[in-house]
Amino acid sequence: MLRSPASETQVTHLGRLWLYLLAAAVLVFLVAPVLVVVPMSFSDSRYLRFPPEGFSLRWYENYFASLEWVQATLTSFKVAALVTLLATPLGVAAAYGLNQSRLRGARVLSLMLISPLIVPVIILAIGVFYLYARLELVNTVTGLVLAHAALALPFVVVTTTSGLQQFDPAQERAARSLGASRWTAFLTVTLPQLRGAVVSGALFAFITSLDEVVISVFIAGGENMTLPRRMFSGLRDQVDPTIAAISSMLIGLSVVLLLVSVALGGRKGGRG
Amino acid sequence: MTAAPDTTTRLPRAREAEGDTQARAREGDTQARRIRREELRDRLSLAALSLPALLLVGVLVFLPVGWLFGLSLVSEGQFSFIHYQRLLEPAYRNIFSMTFEISFLVTALALLLGYPLSYLLSQMPPRAAALLMILVMLPFWTSILVRTYAWMVLLQRRGLVNGWLIDLGLIDTPLRLVNNYTGTVIGMLHVMLPFMVLPLFSSLRAVDVSLMRAASSLGAGPVKAFWTVFFPLSLPGVMAGSLLVFVLCLGFYVTPALLGGGKVIMVSMKIQQNAAMYFDWGAASALGVVLLGVTVALFWLLGRVTRIERVFGGL
Repeated sequence: MLRSPASETQVTHLGRLWLYLLAAAVLVFLVAPVLVVVPMSFSDSRYLRFPPEGFSLRWYENYFASLEWVQATLTSFKVAALVTLLATPLGVAAAYGLNQSRLRGARVLSLMLISPLIVPVIILAIGVFYLYARLELVNTVTGLVLAHAALALPFVVVTTTSGLQQFDPAQERAARSLGASRWTAFLTVTLPQLRGAVVSGALFAFITSLDEVVISVFIAGGENMTLPRRMFSGLRDQVDPTIAAISSMLIGLSVVLLLVSVALGGRKGGRG
Repeated sequence: MTAAPDTTTRLPRAREAEGDTQARAREGDTQARRIRREELRDRLSLAALSLPALLLVGVLVFLPVGWLFGLSLVSEGQFSFIHYQRLLEPAYRNIFSMTFEISFLVTALALLLGYPLSYLLSQMPPRAAALLMILVMLPFWTSILVRTYAWMVLLQRRGLVNGWLIDLGLIDTPLRLVNNYTGTVIGMLHVMLPFMVLPLFSSLRAVDVSLMRAASSLGAGPVKAFWTVFFPLSLPGVMAGSLLVFVLCLGFYVTPALLGGGKVIMVSMKIQQNAAMYFDWGAASALGVVLLGVTVALFWLLGRVTRIERVFGGL
């Protein structure tokens, strides 16, 4: 088996063993640090060891007993949900409109829409902070939702655009020639086929807002402190094991969202 | 068989028909213009669907950035370049060189680790590659704070990595792996690696491997075939991945702020300090404008290698 050729140049699997080992090591480097936090969060000591010496749920209890942590979590989820509801329709409408209009300026406009991904987030953070100070939007949910929505919008635009590239616009024209209005044709013919792309864009919008740190450090204080901002200040002070418990729960959420997105992506790819 | 044309009536009608054609052509012309106008209106109304999104980005990105640009050119109420001149001082020069150095190092390491992995993934059956790709994507979907926290725990004095190194007899006293340069580079590398692997993988997968067979049938050994045939064809992917990672490193804030222990000051951290600690908006904006300028220039370069949307499309 190891001596059978593995590549077009007749290198055997044995001859490429170093490549397999290197690639495996890189994958371990990518995944292990994320996963090692989970067993550590069940440790019963303040000092995080691996493997943990004793099992306990004290850091989870700590988290749920702390009004500050729970409050920050609720704010984060509320903001992320509102961001998803705002960024998804705006992003889908923009991607669809610009893609179908085939105007010459459309490319410039769509680059403008993905500019929040290009501008370094620290610049957005101080800029938005400066703006919000004048509009009295610092430390408000409205301010957070708007800023996070601008950051999340590009992901919806990008996924929807790539979904549209796999969609045959003749189908929508056919529906319209049979008497459907553009709106009806979009809702009944186009949108159902973009479902996978739209949902994964929405999921990414959600997670973008939920995990956003830098802008929140500037504009999410007081009673509207978000979870990442609370974690960020916690990490600056000391390594509080409560954060291990929170991290484990966030990792669980990430895995679920990732699998949902992969499942949708798989369906998208399978169609072609 | 169709009936023969009525030759007797044909001639007198010919002239009439000619005028008719002209009229019809004119009519068709106006109709075509009307259709074109309608189509243009249709296209414009489609493009108008992007207005709410553009408004959001305009107010939250373009307006503040423009404002910062203005602030960077004003000192004590007057137009001045003083904030930019100050960036030439040694203290700022050190920050710039530190930022470029770390970004360069992280990019090089990411390429070194990312290329073999992407290569192997690109040669695998699509299904297996997709499964392993999930492992690459997992850190991507995990909060950057969670990942940074994990590294803090792993790399601390009595952390896992030091423990293992001592148990293996490689070192006697724990290494300082965190709150310094080393910790920053390791943490940033972990965050950046997926950004390298995704564009590389899609570029390597597009390389036609039968060229490798051709090279080897012409007498090239595997190593020679790789370096003379495969590697040059993968260079656009290498460029795309490296540029993307480099540009993202330049503006990186969270990981250096947490893993650098105050010893690693990058441009983004200095911007934050100037704005939030010293309320020196002129200095913060000037630094921000320079960072943005470099970033946009590099993205422009990236846009020449690949479509920028595609870079983010794999996320």
